[in-house]
Amino acid sequence: MIEIPFINLAVIYPEIAIFTASVIVLLVDLFMKGEKQGTLSTITMLGFAAAAIIASRQWFHFETGFSDALIADNFALVFKLLFCAAGVLTLFLSVHYLNREKIFRGEYFFLILSSTVGMMILASANELITAFLGLEVMSVPLYLLAGYDKKKLLSNEAALKYFLMGAFASGILIYGIAFVYGNLGTTNFDEIYRALQGKTLYGEPLLLLGLGLILIGFSFKTAFVPFHSWVPDVYVGTPTPATAFFSIAPKAAGFAILFRLLFKAFAPMMPDITGILWVLAVLTMFAGNLIAIAQRNIKRMLAYSSIAHAGYILIALTTGTADGAKAAILYLLAYTAMNVGAFGIVILLGREGEKDLSIAGYSGLSRRHPIAAAAMALFMFSLAGIPPTAGFIGKFYIFRGAVSAGFIWLAILGVVNSLISVYYYLRVIVIMYMKPEAESDRVITYPLSLMVAIILAAWGTVQIGIFPNSWLNLVRDSVSGFF
Amino acid sequence: MSIGLEHFLLLSGVIFTIGVIGVIIRRNAIVILMCIELMLNASNLALIGFSVFSGNPDGQIMVFFVIAVAAAEAAVGLALFVVMSRNRKSVNVDDFNLMKW
Repeated sequence: MIEIPFINLAVIYPEIAIFTASVIVLLVDLFMKGEKQGTLSTITMLGFAAAAIIASRQWFHFETGFSDALIADNFALVFKLLFCAAGVLTLFLSVHYLNREKIFRGEYFFLILSSTVGMMILASANELITAFLGLEVMSVPLYLLAGYDKKKLLSNEAALKYFLMGAFASGILIYGIAFVYGNLGTTNFDEIYRALQGKTLYGEPLLLLGLGLILIGFSFKTAFVPFHSWVPDVYVGTPTPATAFFSIAPKAAGFAILFRLLFKAFAPMMPDITGILWVLAVLTMFAGNLIAIAQRNIKRMLAYSSIAHAGYILIALTTGTADGAKAAILYLLAYTAMNVGAFGIVILLGREGEKDLSIAGYSGLSRRHPIAAAAMALFMFSLAGIPPTAGFIGKFYIFRGAVSAGFIWLAILGVVNSLISVYYYLRVIVIMYMKPEAESDRVITYPLSLMVAIILAAWGTVQIGIFPNSWLNLVRDSVSGFF
Repeated sequence: MSIGLEHFLLLSGVIFTIGVIGVIIRRNAIVILMCIELMLNASNLALIGFSVFSGNPDGQIMVFFVIAVAAAEAAVGLALFVVMSRNRKSVNVDDFNLMKW
């Protein structure tokens, strides 16, 4: 008689909610006649809302399941909530854009939902193979989203580059997992932690190779320099709302798994790899910020800026402390708000066929479209880290965490990079407010869904910036039980 | 001569290296995809070798997941290549150069 093991499905309730919504979207898209965009976006919205409600009700429950392969601690749940927020905001960004570009198809919502399932698995993975599967479930829909505008060559090119780079990174990652498994005989994070006691990284060549390959694999996904070369091309070619999604959600998921991997499973090895992370952080910040200065296209500039922001979060990862993890979560929340806002304005000011993306084209915007210009200025101030915005609070806690963990130079280089970044963010504001109006037949309509996204993003940016206390409590709770 | 773990690892290392070099030097997207499949299969070989020689069956289960992932990636990748070859009549990666930094 075979015992049927108890399966704790509670740990994947949010995933089930989103997966169900994604299947319903596909079926409705298949069988419904006529105008279906409203119905499909409502179903998607309900899926995200249900997942967010379930995740928030599991707060402090610490569910584990599937032989400890998945764990729904607060750390995983805060990321699940962040993915739901990113998904809903992307949805608001998308509706108007898809109609304007005449590329609406039902699969769009399915791809966003199924990618979110992968991110949620990645955030709660407590085992290397589960993490690998989560990464693939996340990435494969993203390749299709990049090539979603399939008649356009730019979108084709983005999909090609993203797919080849992503698949290459997965190959490297799984080879690293194989070596870690070979050396330690396990892939579970808790068992890895126990097996590592008394070992040194440089005494075990297989382990060194395995961990190195795993780090390279995840570095491709979170786009650390020198594994970032795909980012600008993919961000420019991808439809803009999907770019906003790319710059937030997969990046947050990559950081979630990196934190769990390095702070839990490989915690005994952390002192040995701090140096490597230090170098990666400095390279990522400098490359992102310095190349962003030279950009003329707003999407390309935001792509390099997203690389630089990954560098700031990498500072928090390097510190290896609870303060660092808290600061990183706060920064990711702030980054979600301000980046969705910035991309929202880019969509608002764009035109059919992805025209009007040059920064110079924004000159004199403040006179004809004062509201759009003011909102863009707010998001640019926040991205540059100027108080009293969310970006300032995020950077402040990251640098404070670095200083208190003894990484003085890392904090100094981070501040230097913030100053460099002020140059290219403020240039957008200067062009909008101080340059004479450009000859343009730009006509802006203010579609409701897009305005909702921008207003929510602006609210988040200001709220985190001025009243950070409730957010600090949230991130403090989210790492409880993690350390 | 008996076949030991080192033979498994050597073969998997050779196949993985061929895959990586192929991704870097080949220009045809389909050949690059094939090289990525080689990398995944090299990992499978390493997983099986470790699993057999440590008596721990987990590694052989992981191989099934990797095979499933490889199939999903191939399906999506080939679909993307079909769209590209319709628009461009080519799947050569050098022809997709609209964007430069």
